[in-house]
Amino acid sequence: MADSEVTALEHAPGLKHHFDDTEQQLESSTLGMWVFLLTEIMFFGGMFGGYTVYRNLYPDAFASSSRYMNIPIGAFNTAVLICSSLTMALAVRAAQLGNKKVLIWFLVFTLILGCVFLGLKVVEYHEKWVDHHIPGPGFRYEDARYFHQAQILFFLYFAMTGMHAMHMVVGAGLLTTLIIMAARNRFSAAWYTPVEMIGLYWHFVDIVWIFLFPLLYLIGRTK
Amino acid sequence: MWAAPSRWGWLNLLTPKGLFAHDTYNKLFTMHGIIMVFFFLVPSIPATLGNFLVPPMVGARDLAFPRINLLSWYIYIVGGIFAITAIVRGGVDTGWTFYAPFSSTYSNTHVILAAIGVFVSGFSSILTGLNFIVTVHKMRAPGMTWSRLPLFVWAHYATSLIQVLGTPVIAITIVLLGMERVLHAGIFDPALGGDPILFQHLFWFYSHPAVYIMILPGMGVISEIVACFSRKSIFGYGFVAFSSVAIAVLGFLVWGHHLFVAGQSMYASMVFSFISFLVAVPSAIKVFNWTATMYRGSVSYDTPMLYAFGFIGLFTIGGLTGLFLATMAVDVHVTDTYFVIAHFHYVMVGGMVMAYLGGVHFWFPKITGRLYPEGWAKFAALVVFVGFNLTFFPQFVLGYLGMPRRYAAYADEFQILNVMSTAGASILGVGYLIPMIYLAWAWRYGPKSPQNPWGAKGLEWEQSPTPPPTFNFDVPPVMNEPAYNYSGEEKEVEIGR
Ligand code: HEM
Ligand SMILES: [Cu+2]
Repeated sequence: MADSEVTALEHAPGLKHHFDDTEQQLESSTLGMWVFLLTEIMFFGGMFGGYTVYRNLYPDAFASSSRYMNIPIGAFNTAVLICSSLTMALAVRAAQLGNKKVLIWFLVFTLILGCVFLGLKVVEYHEKWVDHHIPGPGFRYEDARYFHQAQILFFLYFAMTGMHAMHMVVGAGLLTTLIIMAARNRFSAAWYTPVEMIGLYWHFVDIVWIFLFPLLYLIGRTK
Repeated sequence: MWAAPSRWGWLNLLTPKGLFAHDTYNKLFTMHGIIMVFFFLVPSIPATLGNFLVPPMVGARDLAFPRINLLSWYIYIVGGIFAITAIVRGGVDTGWTFYAPFSSTYSNTHVILAAIGVFVSGFSSILTGLNFIVTVHKMRAPGMTWSRLPLFVWAHYATSLIQVLGTPVIAITIVLLGMERVLHAGIFDPALGGDPILFQHLFWFYSHPAVYIMILPGMGVISEIVACFSRKSIFGYGFVAFSSVAIAVLGFLVWGHHLFVAGQSMYASMVFSFISFLVAVPSAIKVFNWTATMYRGSVSYDTPMLYAFGFIGLFTIGGLTGLFLATMAVDVHVTDTYFVIAHFHYVMVGGMVMAYLGGVHFWFPKITGRLYPEGWAKFAALVVFVGFNLTFFPQFVLGYLGMPRRYAAYADEFQILNVMSTAGASILGVGYLIPMIYLAWAWRYGPKSPQNPWGAKGLEWEQSPTPPPTFNFDVPPVMNEPAYNYSGEEKEVEIGR
């Protein structure tokens, strides 16, 4: 932090001395963030690949076990995340306009919505625990034919939603940092790159959920 | 230092029965593989020469994200600590490929620790790639167009694409493997309803492209060296530049050639086989263009150039034998034998390590501001070349005769070739030791180097002082001539802006 404060006196706000100008720095950060999101797509892509393989191998078992997913919570959580994307976008807009108070409020809203999502996720996980649907030695399944195969769906369910939830936790931490930085007047209409970058991250995490919800909860139940 | 396990391995194979207990041997080759692939070859050139040279080569003061760069170093260390802990606490015996279900269910060694090490170090690789991509796109000096970028930078750009797109997949594969091992719930283990082939697909989806992470930077080094010591601009600049990107792209489509005998559909194998042949084309383009560059050049035989010769010859053998392996019928005969071992050591050790040594010698004056003793250096390059071939050539023969890989013992008739190989490994070891000694010496006591001892082209030599200051240049550089303009006025290719 120290050196950026020193240079802040000499250069435009937030400009690091190995960049020519703010524009170059902003473009670099944005490109870097997109490349990072690309790696995230590949990361989740591995699991989506596995999911595709097993859904094709065991369609009946998957149809049977997706009936145990809690659709009301899942649907409500989907709405929560979509709203949080909106508040995040509004936060970025506020940062652009240099409106500190509005910025902080929208960041707080986003954070609260994120926490609501995570809280409901805990409720869902607890349900699975009670029903012995956590993969492993304690796993039980109502339909004995599908014991192993259903376990794979739950394995994927926990891997995918778990990874997603971990990204949400990280996102919540980042939002908290943003709120503190905003409160300390670190952002201005001339420099608010972190808000924009973390906004991109937040939208990405939301989009992952938009794919997870239908794949894990909705498809195949009516079979 | 971490090459040592392999040496013990060869020592083991001195006698048909082997010197070590068999599970010790399994652990030795596993840790050799893990350390060499994930902790040496993948970061080798990008994290050292790449980090140092990409910014001055494009005329930048630093990489786009210096702190992320430092972070990637710390992450690497943390990953290394996990891997070393796994070794110290008794090792791993799955092979570097971690095949399930052995790794997830049956092995009773420290799979999780080693896997975490690989997982963590992957992020270091990703961050390096990310940094290079952004630096190349956004930090180029005035006049440094895409068609003037040094081929070293093109190669690193292509490498970075692979790092960024491939590494996350191995990360998630390891997570799934770890979950299966910890929860005892099936995803790869067929006894639990899982599919072990899925593991192999996911693993090689990263690990085949990863072999290009382990060769493309080396190709970049060789392009620089060949142009400089032939005093000619590189033949077919555009082809060499694009072949790097072609390798990166095609490299993502051939992973199935590791699964020919794993129960993969025959039709899938045919497609993978065909694309594997295609990926050899851009590799061959590079080799032809390097030789064409030397043709009628005024070639001088300084140490870096000796390593470049070594690279070109050995990589060609490694690449051609790759084509044997990509031929389905031949592969059925030689898969899981020493033929495969010889193939990839020709490309990885004969290719990448040669390039690394060549690059270290070429840029040593730039990095340290001092010169190394040329006589010793040439001698060592020769020793390395001889030792290398003596070590690995017999393995082609062994594999062809049917000696399987990953066994601690072998049939009596293979002994002569194995003894040759072990002897070669000792010579190779000496060959690596000599440069370590004289380079360490020269770093402190070598004679001072002029700014541009080779008369090389490129911003890093011409416009940046030797050794470079913190921000690489005293005066912001401008590129005002084509790349590799050794012969004066060279026609320029146009590749976008
Ligand atoms: C000309 C392009 C290449 C082709 C067509 C090719 C083809 C192949 C094939 C078909 C195999 C599988 C053999 C088997 O398991 O039966 C293989 C193995 C391997 N190749 Fe290549 N290869 C090429 C270049 C490279 C390069 C450049 C590297 C590394 C720098 C490399 C490293 C490896 C490694 C490490 C293995 C063995 C993996 C294992 O099973 O442990 N290859 N190659
Ligand atoms: Cu391969």
